[in-house]
Amino acid sequence: MKTTLLAAGLATIAFPALAETPVLTVLTYDSFVSEWGPGPKVEAAFEATCACDLQFVGAGDGAALLARVQLEGAGSDADVVLGLDTSLTAAAAATGLFAPHGQAGATALPVAFDDPLFLPFDWGWFAFVYDKAKLPEPPKNFEALGASDLKIVIQDPRSSTPGLGLLLWVKAAYGDRAAEIWAGLADNIVTVTPGWSEAYGLFLEGEADMVLSYTTSPAYHLIAEGDAGKAAALFDEGHYLQVEVAGKLAATDQGALADQFMAFLTSEGFQSVIPETNWMYPAVTPAAGLPDGFDAFRPAKSLLMSPDAAMAARDAALAEWQAALAR
Amino acid sequence: MASRARPLNLGPLVLAAVLLALVAGPLVTVAARAGQFVMVPQDWAAVRFTLMQASLSALISVGLAVPVARALARRRFAGRQALITLMGAPFLLPAMVAVLGLLAVFGRSGVMNDLLAEMGLPTVSIYGLHGVLLAHVFLNLPLAVRIILQGWQSIPAERFRLAASLGFGPSEVARHLERPMLWAVLPGAGLVIFVICLTSFAVVLTLGGGPAATTVELAIYQAVRFDFDLGRAAMLALVQLGLCAVAAGLVFGLARQVGFGAGLDRSLVIAGPGGWRRWADGAAITAAALFLLVPLGAVVLRGVPGLAEVPDVVFTAALRSVLVAIVSAAMTVSVALVLADAVARRARGFGFLEAAAVLPLATSGLVLGTGLFLIVQPVVSPLSVALPVTVLVNTALALPYVYRLVLPDAQTVVGDYGRLSDSLGLQGWPRWRWVVLPRLARPVGFGAGVAAALSIGDLGVITLFAGGDQGTLPLVVQQLTGAYRMQAAAGAALLLVGLSFGLFWLCDWGGRRASA
Repeated sequence: MKTTLLAAGLATIAFPALAETPVLTVLTYDSFVSEWGPGPKVEAAFEATCACDLQFVGAGDGAALLARVQLEGAGSDADVVLGLDTSLTAAAAATGLFAPHGQAGATALPVAFDDPLFLPFDWGWFAFVYDKAKLPEPPKNFEALGASDLKIVIQDPRSSTPGLGLLLWVKAAYGDRAAEIWAGLADNIVTVTPGWSEAYGLFLEGEADMVLSYTTSPAYHLIAEGDAGKAAALFDEGHYLQVEVAGKLAATDQGALADQFMAFLTSEGFQSVIPETNWMYPAVTPAAGLPDGFDAFRPAKSLLMSPDAAMAARDAALAEWQAALAR
Repeated sequence: MASRARPLNLGPLVLAAVLLALVAGPLVTVAARAGQFVMVPQDWAAVRFTLMQASLSALISVGLAVPVARALARRRFAGRQALITLMGAPFLLPAMVAVLGLLAVFGRSGVMNDLLAEMGLPTVSIYGLHGVLLAHVFLNLPLAVRIILQGWQSIPAERFRLAASLGFGPSEVARHLERPMLWAVLPGAGLVIFVICLTSFAVVLTLGGGPAATTVELAIYQAVRFDFDLGRAAMLALVQLGLCAVAAGLVFGLARQVGFGAGLDRSLVIAGPGGWRRWADGAAITAAALFLLVPLGAVVLRGVPGLAEVPDVVFTAALRSVLVAIVSAAMTVSVALVLADAVARRARGFGFLEAAAVLPLATSGLVLGTGLFLIVQPVVSPLSVALPVTVLVNTALALPYVYRLVLPDAQTVVGDYGRLSDSLGLQGWPRWRWVVLPRLARPVGFGAGVAAALSIGDLGVITLFAGGDQGTLPLVVQQLTGAYRMQAAAGAALLLVGLSFGLFWLCDWGGRRASA
């Protein structure tokens, strides 16, 4: 008896080293990994099919993710990077660290999107969110917003991806007139916060009439809090898109598993989790359709610069923004 | 003293060398990735704004702290000690929590503007330089008050008695006792606050109202995170370090040592002057208490409803944060004591020790973390060393504060008891046990409290190293706010503040108890 116990004990020590399940490491942003984010459900769904151990590593917010990939370089333990957005993918592609994903891609995007390196897994429209009770007549475009005396909170394009998204939104909608639009908005901007959460927090505390967020933000309040009072203002010049993508690292030592995960990204198991955990639109509409509130604010027109155009426009747009707001 | 051989003690020198390597190593590693770097006009604007807001914040905090600390030092009233402890709490608030507390009072829909509107007066906006200063004074006035109050308490009670028996009026007491003490204490207090504000950026950006309020730290953040221009980040970090070094040089040049002589370690109650000064002291204490405690109350009110919604992960994160804080605080205090004692005794190489102890002050946490990441990553997985690295960095970053808190009293001990303990042949542990530690208990307790609080609220290095499930409490608070869960985040933040305050109170109380 004793010897069998001993043998069993030795076996448990010895065998993991032999029959180790392969580990797939996915580098992503913190809120994806948190227990209220998509991470835990996605992990369970993928591990049910892959006979592997899926490990998410959180690396700050979306903007920090690319810096982390570059910091780790080719020596990274990560196999897949999940959560870059298209304002960063040109810089990400330029690192040469990513390999083609070979997937057919997303079908539910409002624009054509084809990138051999980066595969969309969710997306959303940037929008100004407001409280219907306090603001019955929201402005219809940036010019009307600039002419109004409404107070808005935005994020800093130097530290936050929504902030950068707004910069590109104004640029894509107004081109050479962007500086003029910013000059008009200057007296509406209560303040500029380092990230999305600070801005949204200030808005909820009543510091501003509107906040830069997403058209799906009101759906969070509707579904999670039963509060139908928030709305997204629809602008007639169109809404800029944030497309969140994943990419396979070329230096991965789990190539087949990484490919399997990339294919899993657009499958039902992943996509059905996205709407009510990440509060973004899924890249492929799940069988059950979209939850309540996701169809409430659909802009008629979508704006999106190509990754290269976004990178090329960034510095000049930033300088324009700083000049207009530095007063 | 000059004829006596300087003690050579390798311990402090080795500690200082390790510290220097810990701070300079990452900076050099980051700089090694550098290309060409030139300061652009926006960088100069950021430097100017950073200097202006940090100097003003430090001057106002210290200026306001003097009357408050004097009033607290010379008046006795019920609940005095509790008030002193409670008024220290804003210093422990994470920046964004403090901002939300201030907004509940001074914001667009805050209490003050509601009152103004009710009285038919125009409302005021908190956003702008004045808002940044308001927040920095709110966060740092408590620290300034405590440092200066400590200065008052370090004047032996016998001197006040002597002054009273010589018939000194308030102005003579000020000239002979208080002003010399303030000359010794104020520059250091001002420097510490200046440097805290130098590297502040979430407060500055949020309340500054726009890109005109850009600090060097934000430029570093942008360089690392958006541009991945490590060379630029390293250069900007050097610029920041330079600003701090210049300020430190100026301040240490200004600071005077005081020689009140040894007291009998007795605690005597000094009767404060009467008349209008009594009312002025009352007004100073009331105004400071209102200014500090009303926004703090708002933080508590915001957090209480969220406490019920706090997810379980918050509690494991809280435990992790407390452990990191305790270990960091213990290490910080030990290192600070060894260095401060060696500097006070003018041990060989004390200039080097001093530099090593204050150097981490102006180090950008982001650059430090990035450099450590670059050093560690080729060797081991950063995930596996997240907590040790956090402890190490928290220790280094809190050291300058604790060192500055301990140093004046360490110098006093050496000045007053140095010859006596030398002549008695007291060395090593017995000297620490019977001479140094009992007299340093108060600043050591306070310093440990500050170190623990700084560590528990820290959100620097852990964000780079921790993966998903190793988060500390501030990281989890950030994740909650990033997922719309503002109420749960407010609850978790309240827990953070409570823990931080609890640890601070324990250390501070322990120090006072040991010194009494």
